[in-house]
Amino acid sequence: MSTLLEIKNLKTHFFSKDKVLPVVDGVDFKVKKGETLAIVGESGSGKSITSLSIMGLVPKPGGKIVEGEILFDGKDLVQLSENQMYKVRGNDIAMIFQEPMSSLNPVLTIGEQITEVLIYHKKLSKKEARQKAIELLKIVGFARAEGILDDYPHRLSGGMRQRVMIAMAMSCDPKLLIADEPTTALDVTVQAQILELMKDLSKKFESSIILITHDLGVVAELADRVIVMYAGQVVEESPVVSLFDEPLHPYTQGLLSSIPKLDEERKRLTSIAGNVPSPDSFPKGCRFNTRCPHVMQVCIDKQPDLIEVKPGRKSRCFLHEEGVNSNG
Amino acid sequence: MTTYIIRRLVMMVPILIGISILSFGIMYAAPGKPTVLNLDPSISVEDRERQMERLGLNDPVHIQYLRWMGNVLQGDLGHSFTRKQPVTKLIMDRLPNTIVLMVVSTFLAVIIAIPFGVLSATRQYSKLDYGVTFTSFIGLATPNFWLGLMLIMLFSVQLGWTPVGGVSTLGADFNLLDRIHHIILPAFVLATADMAGLTRYTRSSMLEVINQDYIRTARAKGFRERTVVYKHGLRNGLIPIITIFGLMLPTFIGGSVVVETLFSWPGIGKLFIDATFERDYPVIMAITMFAAVLTVLGNLIADILYAIMDPRIEY
Repeated sequence: MSTLLEIKNLKTHFFSKDKVLPVVDGVDFKVKKGETLAIVGESGSGKSITSLSIMGLVPKPGGKIVEGEILFDGKDLVQLSENQMYKVRGNDIAMIFQEPMSSLNPVLTIGEQITEVLIYHKKLSKKEARQKAIELLKIVGFARAEGILDDYPHRLSGGMRQRVMIAMAMSCDPKLLIADEPTTALDVTVQAQILELMKDLSKKFESSIILITHDLGVVAELADRVIVMYAGQVVEESPVVSLFDEPLHPYTQGLLSSIPKLDEERKRLTSIAGNVPSPDSFPKGCRFNTRCPHVMQVCIDKQPDLIEVKPGRKSRCFLHEEGVNSNG
Repeated sequence: MTTYIIRRLVMMVPILIGISILSFGIMYAAPGKPTVLNLDPSISVEDRERQMERLGLNDPVHIQYLRWMGNVLQGDLGHSFTRKQPVTKLIMDRLPNTIVLMVVSTFLAVIIAIPFGVLSATRQYSKLDYGVTFTSFIGLATPNFWLGLMLIMLFSVQLGWTPVGGVSTLGADFNLLDRIHHIILPAFVLATADMAGLTRYTRSSMLEVINQDYIRTARAKGFRERTVVYKHGLRNGLIPIITIFGLMLPTFIGGSVVVETLFSWPGIGKLFIDATFERDYPVIMAITMFAAVLTVLGNLIADILYAIMDPRIEY
């Protein structure tokens, strides 16, 4: 499979009066064509800002991509002008967001909101766009698609709105779909339906997906590969099965052990002590050193690099450097 | 919707009756009898008494009120004490002038305030934003009468660009340019306070909208900033503005009292202030009630527009 998106040393920083906040601080990863890559991490790990950086929608004023490349289909998106980005957003790269309840414009009908993308990017006529919108709504599971077109968003439930968002995102047949916590705000049963839908669509449209989530259940369901982010950096990269079988980085181990298991009787859920450090007080050395159970002197002195431990598996931890075994 | 409007119109009746009782009472309680203030001082006491008797001013207040109400219900607003003309005719002669002034100044306020409010919001904390904010506070803080006087002094007296007052050049035939020439200053002065307020409201409303998730969605669709702000933003941002706008409607009557007097604009504002000084009860009551109807209607119109603008609102 060829590479669709390659991110090299991406640094997106936020600037306030006297502080620089390195929210995304040297992120590298690749997305292959047709693959689903999950980005996992706690709140504040920089996963959403990474995705907004790809879209060129870093919140302004304040945020800025200060370094790095985002190679999409050979073009560096960081270097594109705003005018060139207009043609990429919504067309080659589409995005769905966490809050289906507020992500649709309340004063425009569903039809208007879907067709406007098609008219804008694909230069369809109003009639053609409407036809295409009906098709799309049928694909995402609306039986009476014609009726939905003239409805306003407030008439739909959260799950239905997320379906509309997905239809809208898929309308221009994007090469890459970024889904930022697409199921977090939904009921569990609806979550399953939406995940199923996304799975089907990624096959049907052959688009790559970047799935941003903190829900490891969603990752297991949908992803091919996973990167784990912590404090603005990638700490582990792995195919999904081996990640669950044998997590390498102590942070990933912590995340996995905090999932409750059905076959195990436990009084309390385990959790990783402490919080993600805020970007203005990242610790020196390894950024996980304040919470890591295996912390060593070297972790406080030096920052570990993201190194390939096994084929296809990377970890940013001194435990794996110089042949140290992951179980050691 | 129709039933809602009918219900609201029916509800207007008790409100207007309440307003009329209050206004009548307050007007009556104000010192100075009509006959004392505006009749020839050489008239004898007996003649004055006869006048009072003839106008029914010696009857108890509630009798006077009921008589007035009875006439109004029959469509008769009474006769002016001082102008010897039916009140209806007095108002109808002047109303078009006031309406023209209101429409022009509203138009000015809207076409200036909304774009500046939007720009101010989309470029928050820029020099332009500070400039607009500063100017609108000055606009809010400047009294109409003072601004009017200053503008008359500058443009009419010093520069001689605009006439000092009036609707048109006396004795001339109808001429649109001449009318525009006459209306510019008063309309601008009348518009200033509302313009300033409207700019501020538009700014804060747009600021709120611009940070909404659906604006981010619109950006993610690849739309240009212009489309994002004007198609997706403004449609939402205008919803609260419409309400304020409906409530602003009656304030134009208040503003026109000052502006019409200042620019000798023969409208109801000027008639109202003259009538008040002369204690011309029927005229005062008629114009007060006109303003009251306008207020209540303005509210209703705001609510109806609200439902039209915002599909989430249903009555």
